[in-house]
Parts: sequence; structure tokens; C-alpha cells
Amino acid sequence: MREKTLFALGVLAAIWLVRNLYVMFLGLPDEADQGAIYRILFFHVPSWFVCFTGYFLAGAASVLYLARKNPVYDVLAVSTVEVGLAFTLIGLATGSIWARIIWGIWWTWDARLTWALITCLIYAGYLMLRNAIDDPTTRAKNSAVLCIFAFTSVVITYKAIDWWRTQHPGAVLSFRTGGGAMDPGMESMLYQNFGALLLLAAVLVAVRMRQEQMRREVESMRRYAHAI
Amino acid sequence: MSAVALDRVSKYYGDYPALRAVTLDLGQGECLALLGRNGAGKTTLLKILAGLSRPQEGEVRILGRDARHRATRAAVGMLGHGIGLYEELSALENLLLFGRLYGVQDVSQRAREWLALTSLDRVEHSLVREFSRGMRQRLAVARAFLHEPALLLLDEPFTSLDDRSIQVLQQALRNARSRGATVIMITHQIREAMEMATRVALLGRGKLLYHGPSPKEMQEDPGWLYRIHGEA
Amino acid sequence: MHFLRSSLIVAGKDLRSELRTKESLNAAISFAIVILVLFSFAVDPSAEQTREIAGGLLWLVFAFAGALILNRSFARETANDCLDVLVASPVSGAALFFGKALANWSLLIIVELVSLPVFGLLYNMNWARSPLLLAAVLVLATWAVTVIGTVFSALTVNLRLRELMLPVLIYPMMIPALMAAMRLTTLLVGGEAVPAEDWIWFRLLIGFDIIFTSLALALVEVVLVG
Repeated sequence: MREKTLFALGVLAAIWLVRNLYVMFLGLPDEADQGAIYRILFFHVPSWFVCFTGYFLAGAASVLYLARKNPVYDVLAVSTVEVGLAFTLIGLATGSIWARIIWGIWWTWDARLTWALITCLIYAGYLMLRNAIDDPTTRAKNSAVLCIFAFTSVVITYKAIDWWRTQHPGAVLSFRTGGGAMDPGMESMLYQNFGALLLLAAVLVAVRMRQEQMRREVESMRRYAHAI
Repeated sequence: MSAVALDRVSKYYGDYPALRAVTLDLGQGECLALLGRNGAGKTTLLKILAGLSRPQEGEVRILGRDARHRATRAAVGMLGHGIGLYEELSALENLLLFGRLYGVQDVSQRAREWLALTSLDRVEHSLVREFSRGMRQRLAVARAFLHEPALLLLDEPFTSLDDRSIQVLQQALRNARSRGATVIMITHQIREAMEMATRVALLGRGKLLYHGPSPKEMQEDPGWLYRIHGEA
Repeated sequence: MHFLRSSLIVAGKDLRSELRTKESLNAAISFAIVILVLFSFAVDPSAEQTREIAGGLLWLVFAFAGALILNRSFARETANDCLDVLVASPVSGAALFFGKALANWSLLIIVELVSLPVFGLLYNMNWARSPLLLAAVLVLATWAVTVIGTVFSALTVNLRLRELMLPVLIYPMMIPALMAAMRLTTLLVGGEAVPAEDWIWFRLLIGFDIIFTSLALALVEVVLVG
């Protein structure tokens, strides 16, 4: 992606986020039961969507890489995993803070938090595997296989934890503690922030892809130099 | 049908080209000496022929079929740097294992014949772990030739072999060639290779610099081809 | 069928090698028993408490001991370039994987069959009630661990930090299967029947096995051929 386009999109994402923050703090009222802190859920919930989108794209890119052997898919896979992982950590952090303020505990085995933690471990393993392989073709191939396994596991784990939770119900991180429908202003903010964060994520992925492509070029130049 | 047909084969490690548009046609029954400096791409080429690696560009056909086709692999025998034997199995067990994997009929009898040929029949039940280096090398030869392959791929086979093993290998190669097998041999021992080779190929920085009949000049002056192509 | 024949030859080879030296097997069994003994010092369990966590403890033990066996799986082929010879032979990548998985599964079952009586003895368990169901759980869940572990053994075969990396990679992926195994084992080892809502765990195990075995069979060739 051209640098100027990328920069423009980045600025757009930043503006959108700032606008959302403004509306969040000054436009929306405090929530009935939770007070001011509920606003953190505007980042907590969209983070899950963004991270899952990232992992899904990584899985798709991995399948495409194995089918077409075009290195750009490998670059896309690692970039989406890294950005997805970052958003998973944001999700974990925001969830943890929310739980601390509302219930006084830093961690709860909520279905989504548990899933996110496991997902973090799985994709951290992906990055670790990539780091350990020197040859770029082997690295792309093997991490593509790992990514496909990882995404499958992530989906299955989500379902499994859901079933586990139905037998061991516990704390749930959610807006609807009151039990009623969500205020329409709050609901639209949720989608607005989802959009802003998704745009931000896309910009980050594009930046990371450029960086990865440059890194590959330097790597191959280094090999040339050694051969001579 | 050629034994081996490579058409503009390229292999990259990342963006680094180990093989560049290599085109080579080798008829059946020929014995090709594959020469080149270290790092020229010889082992990479052999690995592609053995079905261990796939090129990014170009086509590889072995005995008319894809390199990874099961019938192709059953017809190829490989002797690489490692001996390809299991330390904790006996000589006979190793040969039976590979014989069965290659679908050899009467595998028990064939294995014993090869053990006799390599003078390992008295130690057929001893574990490879206990073998001397020469014994391992001879057993490796037995493993590679056991299924009577139509194409033999040898990576520096004479390097660090003792005299007895050299004799065993040379006899095995003679027998194989007399039944029409094709041989491709990477070697730095050009004198030994020239005795057997009908054709010579020189690789330099991934490119095929020369492929043709074994030049007379190399009998007296092994380094001749390298100098001519600037690889000395 | 060529696939099955090759797989069985490879499985036989792996089992013969391992049973001759018994290196990994001894290490895994010793490890399992030591953990079971240590556990009684970590927690001073009443019969009731042990019953509740029996499944969890057992499968943690099996998973960790299993890593010792799974690590060796493709690693044993690196000596003498044996992996190259195997991949170059008419054996397909899928058959090579399946044979190794069968061998690993058998070895892990042996570890479990030794550990279970030890556990039963040390903690006074009574599982005479549903041995067939317990056997089914063992078979299915061990296969789940084996499939993931064997594929990842192939993925990491040439890496420097293989022994460290393999456990880190496989455990998070196996969590759904381990959850199911733990839940079912806790019930069965405690001598209880499996209530209706817990049959879903059997379905999870079967689904997990089918999905990951298919993925592995489809993808392992790509991993093995450079």
C-alpha cells in the first residue's frame, strides 16, 4: 500500500477514535449499575471481534500460501497474527481492569477471558516457531501449517469453554447486568468503536507487512553477500 | 524416455537462488558425474531428484513421472551423507525394514544376499550401533541398492570410505549399470568418477555451466573443466 | 491398502526401536509415578477431594509424560539422516505420520495402564463400575494428544530448542480434548455414571479426533517435503 494512503488511513483512524472518546465521555450517560467504568467495555468487546478477524485472516492467508506458494500470503499471515495478538492483549487488559473495579479481583475465569488467554498462548507459540526457523521458505510453510491448526483449535476451544461454562457458571463480563436491552446510544458506540479499531488494525497490518517485506529483502541480500 | 528431465528448474531459499533455471536431460543407463564448488547447488539438485524438496519453478520428471510419485520413489535409490540406518536395529532388521517399505518381493532372501555381498552375513543380528565405520558404510550401500533401483543418486559416495567399502560400492555400481540403471553421482574425487562416468555436468552458483559427454581432457587433468568455466 | 501397510511397517519399526531401548518409556513411566506420589505431599487429599480432581490430575500427568514420548517421535529420525531416506521412500508423508502416531499412541497407553493402578492404589479409587467407558475415554483422549504431538514433532524436528518448544506449542492446542478427558475421567474413576449433559464431552473428543487427524493427514506431507 502506498505510503501516503497508509498515512491518510492512519490519520482517519486516529480521528475516528478521538471522536469516539469524546462522545463516550461527554455524550453518553453513566451506566445505571456500573458507573463510569463501563466505558472500558467499548474497547473490551470490539477487541475480541478485531482479534478474531485477525486470526481468521491469518488462517485464510495460511491456506492460500500453501495453495499458491506466494510469499505475500506468508507476510499477511504473520502481520495479522501479530496485530490480532496485540488486540487480544488489549482485550485481556481491559477485561482485567473492569473486573478489578467491579468485583475487586484481577482475574476471573470468564469464558471469553479464558479463551483469550489460551489463544494468546497458541499464537505466541506461532511467533516463537517463526523465530526459530531460519530458512524463509521452511518458515513460511511450517508456520502456515501451524496457523491452520491454531485457528481450528481456537474455534473448538471457544465452543468447548462455552459447554464447560454451562456446567460451571460463573462471572460474566457484560453490559447487560441490569438484564434489560442496551441503550441505543451505547449500542451504536459499540459499533462505532468496532469500526475505528478495525480501521486502526488494518493500518497496523499494512505497516507490519511493509516492514516484513523489507526484512525479507535485507535477508536475501545478506545471503547474496555471503555467497560472493 | 529419459531417466531424468529437468526443465528450467529453480530453487530458492527465501529470495536466494540455489538453482537457477537448470535444464538437463539424462538418458537411461548413463552415469553422470555432477561437479561443482561447494555451495554450487549440487546437493540441492540431488534432493529435488530424490523427492525430498520441491523446486519453486520448472518441471522435474524422473522416468517420465513426477518426482514424488510413488512409483518413481520406488525406483530411486539414495546414498547421502548420513548412512540412513537405525542404530538400535540389527543389520538384517534394517534391510528388512527398507525392503518392505520399497515393496521388495522375497525380502528376506534378498536381504540375506546383500548381507553376504557386503560381508556382513556373520553379524546380521548385531545392532548397527556396534558396527565399525566401514561396516556401516557397506550396510548403507546394501540399503541403497537392495530394491534394484533404476536411478541411483549418490552424494560424495567415495568420501572417507575404506578400501573394502570402495570395492563393494564399485561392484554394486557395476552390477547396477549392467542391468541398465542410471547413476547420478556428486563427487570431488574426479579421478575415480571419471573411470565410471559417461557424462559430466558442472554447476556454478546455481547455474548449469556444462553438460555433456565426459571430456577426454579430464582423464589426465581433473581440474580442466573447472578452469575452463572459471570455477577453479 | 498401501497406506495402511506402510503405516504399520513404520509403527512396527518405531515400537521395536523404543521397546528395545525403553529410554522414553522408562522416563515417562517414572515421571508419571513420581508426580502421582509428589501430589500427595502437595495437597493432603481426603478421599472426597481426590475424587473431584482425579481426572484433572491424571490427565496432567499423562500429558506431561506424553511429551517425553512425543518429543522422540520424529527426533529419532534425525540421526544418520534416516528422515531423508524415509521421505524419499515410497511411504507417503501421511502414512509416515500415521504409523508414528500409532506407535506413540501405543506407548502412551502403556504409560497410562501402568499409572492407573498406581493411582488407584495410592488414592483408594474404585472404578470397577464402567471400565469400558473409561477405556473409551483413554483411547480417544490419548489419540487426541498423540495426533497433535506427532504432527508438531514433525514441525519442530530440525529446530534448536525443539524439546522446549514442543510442549509449549502442543498443550494449549490440546485444551479442549484435555477438558473433556478430565471431566469424563473424574466421573468414571470416581465410580459414577456419566450424566446426560456430560455425554457432550464424548462427542467433543470424537469430533476433535476426527478434525485434527484429517488436518494432520492432509498437511504433514507439506511439512516433510522441503
